[in-house]
Amino acid sequence: MSELKRTFRYLRPYTREAVLAIIFLGLVVVLDLSIPRMVQTLVDEGIGNQDMDIVLRTSLMMIGASILSATMMIGNTIFSVKASRGFEADLREDIFKKIQTYSFGNLDDLSSGQLLTRLTSDLNQIRTMMTMTLRMFTRAPLMAIISLSIMWTTNPQLTKYILILMPVTGVFITLFIRKLQPLFTKTQEKLEQLNQVLEENLSGIRIVKAFVRRDYEGTRFKSANKELTDISVRVNQLIGVLFPLTLLIMNTGIVAIIYFGGIQVIQGSTTVGTIIAFTNYVFSAMFPIMMLSMMAGQISFAEASAKRIMEVLDNEPEIKEKLDAVQLAEVKGRVEFKNVSFSYREDGGDPVLHNVNFTAEPGETVAILGSTGSGKSSLIHLIPRFYDVSDGKVLIDGYDVRDVELKSIRKHIGISLQEAILFSGTIRDNIRYGRPEATDEEVIEAAKAAQAHEFIIGFPEGYDTNVGQRGVNLSGGQKQRIAIARALLVKPSILILDDSTSAVDVETEIKIEEALEELMKNRTSFIIAQRISTVLNADKIIVLDDGNIAAEGTHDQLIQTSPIYKEIYDSQLGDGGAQ
Amino acid sequence: MSGKNSDNKKEAQPQTGMHRRGPRGMGNIEKAKDAKGTTLRLLNYFKEYRVKIAFVVIATVASSLVGLAGPYLQGVAIDKYIVLGDLDGLLRISLMLAGVYVFTTLVAGVNSVIMAGISQGSLMKMRKELFEHMQLLSLSFFDKNQTGDLMSRLTNDIDAIGALLTQNVTQLVQNLLTLVGIIVLMFSLNVWLALASLIVFPLMIIFTAVVGKRTRVYYRDLQKQTGGLNGVIQETLGGQKVVIAFEQQDAVNKKFDKMNQAVKETGVLALTYAMMVPPIMGILSNANIAIVAGLGGWMTLQGLATIGTIATFIQYSRQFANPLRHFANMYNSIQSALAGAERIFEIIDTPPELTDCEDAVSPQQIQGEVVFEEVDFEYVPDVPVLKNISLHAKPGETIALVGPTGAGKTTIVNVLTRFYDIQKGKITIDGLDIRNMKKDYLRSKLGIVLQDVYLFSGTVMDNIRYGNLVATDEECIAAAKLANADGFIRRLPKGYQTELSERAGNLSQGQRQLISIARAIIANPAILILDEATSSVDTRTEVQIQEALLNLMEGRTSFVIAHRLSTIRKADMVLVINNGEIIERGNHEELLEKKGFYYNLYMSQFKGTIDDADFEYIKPVEVYDQPTSSMPMMGKRRGPSGGPSPEMMRQRAMEIVEIFKKKQATSPETAKTFEELEIPPQYQRMIQMRLTRLGIIADNGGKLYLIEKNLSKL
Repeated sequence: MSELKRTFRYLRPYTREAVLAIIFLGLVVVLDLSIPRMVQTLVDEGIGNQDMDIVLRTSLMMIGASILSATMMIGNTIFSVKASRGFEADLREDIFKKIQTYSFGNLDDLSSGQLLTRLTSDLNQIRTMMTMTLRMFTRAPLMAIISLSIMWTTNPQLTKYILILMPVTGVFITLFIRKLQPLFTKTQEKLEQLNQVLEENLSGIRIVKAFVRRDYEGTRFKSANKELTDISVRVNQLIGVLFPLTLLIMNTGIVAIIYFGGIQVIQGSTTVGTIIAFTNYVFSAMFPIMMLSMMAGQISFAEASAKRIMEVLDNEPEIKEKLDAVQLAEVKGRVEFKNVSFSYREDGGDPVLHNVNFTAEPGETVAILGSTGSGKSSLIHLIPRFYDVSDGKVLIDGYDVRDVELKSIRKHIGISLQEAILFSGTIRDNIRYGRPEATDEEVIEAAKAAQAHEFIIGFPEGYDTNVGQRGVNLSGGQKQRIAIARALLVKPSILILDDSTSAVDVETEIKIEEALEELMKNRTSFIIAQRISTVLNADKIIVLDDGNIAAEGTHDQLIQTSPIYKEIYDSQLGDGGAQ
Repeated sequence: MSGKNSDNKKEAQPQTGMHRRGPRGMGNIEKAKDAKGTTLRLLNYFKEYRVKIAFVVIATVASSLVGLAGPYLQGVAIDKYIVLGDLDGLLRISLMLAGVYVFTTLVAGVNSVIMAGISQGSLMKMRKELFEHMQLLSLSFFDKNQTGDLMSRLTNDIDAIGALLTQNVTQLVQNLLTLVGIIVLMFSLNVWLALASLIVFPLMIIFTAVVGKRTRVYYRDLQKQTGGLNGVIQETLGGQKVVIAFEQQDAVNKKFDKMNQAVKETGVLALTYAMMVPPIMGILSNANIAIVAGLGGWMTLQGLATIGTIATFIQYSRQFANPLRHFANMYNSIQSALAGAERIFEIIDTPPELTDCEDAVSPQQIQGEVVFEEVDFEYVPDVPVLKNISLHAKPGETIALVGPTGAGKTTIVNVLTRFYDIQKGKITIDGLDIRNMKKDYLRSKLGIVLQDVYLFSGTVMDNIRYGNLVATDEECIAAAKLANADGFIRRLPKGYQTELSERAGNLSQGQRQLISIARAIIANPAILILDEATSSVDTRTEVQIQEALLNLMEGRTSFVIAHRLSTIRKADMVLVINNGEIIERGNHEELLEKKGFYYNLYMSQFKGTIDDADFEYIKPVEVYDQPTSSMPMMGKRRGPSGGPSPEMMRQRAMEIVEIFKKKQATSPETAKTFEELEIPPQYQRMIQMRLTRLGIIADNGGKLYLIEKNLSKL
């Protein structure tokens, strides 16, 4: 419950609505429960005394009470919905905005899928819980308590029987829930298992067919299917038995009222009206308890959701600006790594970069080569301070990036990440993502440089073509080119291209390179590429091997001095064998 | 392959199973197209449970009727025994009442137990049937349907049916009976009171309908807006790193705020309406009690009714509202269950892929001679993908398929594996038409290594063994060794027993490829089909993969969709495919000789630049040459001072082209060296770096010539 309780602070702005909702609810309960009491009056005093006036008056009062109670209930609905929806919107906003403060490290810990789940289904779960709190959870105990006190004040003797039954119900339901809870969890597990078998089968259907593994897959599915079914049967049977059994306890109460109450009437110590009223009160005292315990499962689900949401909110951004961060008005583009070591782990274990030193002068082009996992991407991610170094310093124009206002560095850096992610909207919107105020001319210029202009104007709607879910399907290479254009448009002093042309065909790649030559002048550029041909022209080539700089220099130098470089070069460009 | 995008979806919709049922409903009502047919078909799944269902129905009828006696007996107890002071009678009737309750409880419990078995059993059967049928469907089906959609058939749609079965079917019977029973009993007890009780119900129905209509409208808006908001959230989170890189957090927040606010406001409206229904129903029920009590009281005073009757009626009117409320809910869940069932049946009704002909055979052994005879194929009518393909691969030969993307290379593989059947011509293996071969047998003799490596969850060992389920651990390890995978597998935390997480996220692309090669090795196929990966794998792994592939191809007829030069070099035959046709064939050297399509492809794709071996006499051009004379900055490395613009580059390229034209170096025969062409050193790098890669300039044993038809690429 503790995590769930923590989310309650988001109800604070809606205290007024919440309090009003609960007050209305209290009134509803009181009015509702007055009905059986009035029935009792009507029977005992009206019919018993043959007093038509009382019969008429009481029944009119009952109708009045019903209408009043309806009004109150509508009031409760209005306020509780307002409060719970406001609560939800505020909480959602806080989660979303928290995520916006995250840095790359935080995002590595929580995948976008996980975050999405928390912002949607987990949030829903808690909202539902909140709505129920403002309605049923308040109403049920109120009902039970008020019913019991009315009964007690009317006839303590008869109430005793009900009081005995209450804990019996409670214990009984608790036992069931205890048994059900682990079964619920298990059902969930089995369901996920089945889904996994299915997902894998469908995604790997070519392999399944190629290896003729239909039967094998069938067996796998069958056993998962069977396990899920077995556990579901048990769960459903338990629930199926629980409900009638709790009803039976309630009905036992009614029988007790009829019998013992009947005896009392015969003995003259109570009235017929009381019995009629009590048979109603038994219902309103015990049914809420029943419902409440049935909801116990919901609470534990909500608690789990709250925990996941709080995890998002408690996660502090790894990168924080200093209070006295310097604002850079201009960036010339001198990038220097001084003894930089970097690890994705907080304790500095498994370092990805070891003691990296190099300097890129303004306007230079630096190519970074190395095998997968050698630390290329990690290295360039340190420049815009997506991550903080574990040791050493990254300097831009002589400033440690940790001393500078984040925005003021990133504004001067154009980056195209390994995976070209575009957002829904037009191509134009995507290209000017980093600088929404850019003119159409600038957009076209950037697109031309990224060799994207031609294919873009090939679309019927040109730059207004929608991309994303409801738009055209762009090929990997086209997306990459738009991503490059997007990076270029910010007119960066430092340009970073992380394997940005991997999906582009060779011809286009050459064209992009040619165009980039123009654009890269006056900016420091970092290029990661798998194809060695891309990096031949660089002013400086850095060869990374397992996080160390294995070699550094121009192509002409490296081909002479660096065996690793030569190996990469030969395997890609040399013919690797006899000719 | 299909299903790439299912990763996100999976995470995004984790709400499967028990606790998902809640929010379904209002405003989101689907309708089945053929409700009657679907219902009948659905009923088929319950055929085997006929006896049990009959029992449940009879038991339900009995318990509903007996259950109705409860309130009646209460009334009798009051009128006949309490009022009259009959203690013995009171005990008797109390026991009867208790008996009634025990009986109904018993029946309800037993029914639930039986129904749980029936409903889950039939769901299991439905899932199984759906899954097994999907296994029989052709690849084109999976091309058309995304994994996520198919998943949702098996989870959400089955779930919808399950929800209906477990919760509602018995209740439907019971509610119906209760409703009818109450009406009958009320009228038989007291016509006027019965009529008075019923006055309220039309009001209830009208009210629910009116509010329900409004609710649906608001709900639809809410759903639309929530969908939009979730779309924005999903997209932003998916591209969060881009948002950070471009410092767009503020803009994103603003966009979010607007939508969040809208959802909140619509949500308040929609829910206020929706939640109004139950309380109003409750009040009407209270009002009903007031009417019954008032009128009943008056009638009792007139001697037209008894106190017991009033008590009975009050109980009945409480019970009366329940079935009505259930019917409304049930309507929705029946509709969505039927719509779900319809979608499931749609898949089950999809005809399975090409079936074996009756006299299909499984030969003892396969040598691996593959012949295509004038094969034509189209996926979609009138869009030919393969045209008149003929080829002959002798046992043990390696055939490399080369050509631009979309040329039809993969299609050749698809028809050889009979993932699709050809429309014209013949494909034979060892002289036997593959259409006369058992499909499963054929595929078991073909080893396929695909570009997009797919591994299953389970251990590394399991994944290798997938190629041959009866292979021993030793055999798997031997295969891994041949595949160059043994080394890295042993370095994994648990070696061969390392669990691969879903989609094998914990292995690199190259490592996954090595495992898939081991998987193909252990399958020991007679014919091998390789789709070489184009994706970027680092150099060392690349070398290992190449080696592994060579091991795998040893002694087997192999078809390779080749992207690597070394593979093509070693091939016995290279087939150059363009636009679905084989336009050139021969080995690497022969094709180069031809100076045709392959030659150009080779120049532009594989060579990149002319390497030192070919141009020994050209030393890498030194760069920081001064802009001199009439050709400034030619071949200059771009430095801090700036470089040539694309326009200038183009101009220079044209100048080079002119030189070639002037010297008439436009064919292999007339090719000339740099010296002969008198090309200034500054130009040479441009030729090496760009023009050869574009296929505009080609080399012939150290002499260069221009390929004029490629000039358009400039």
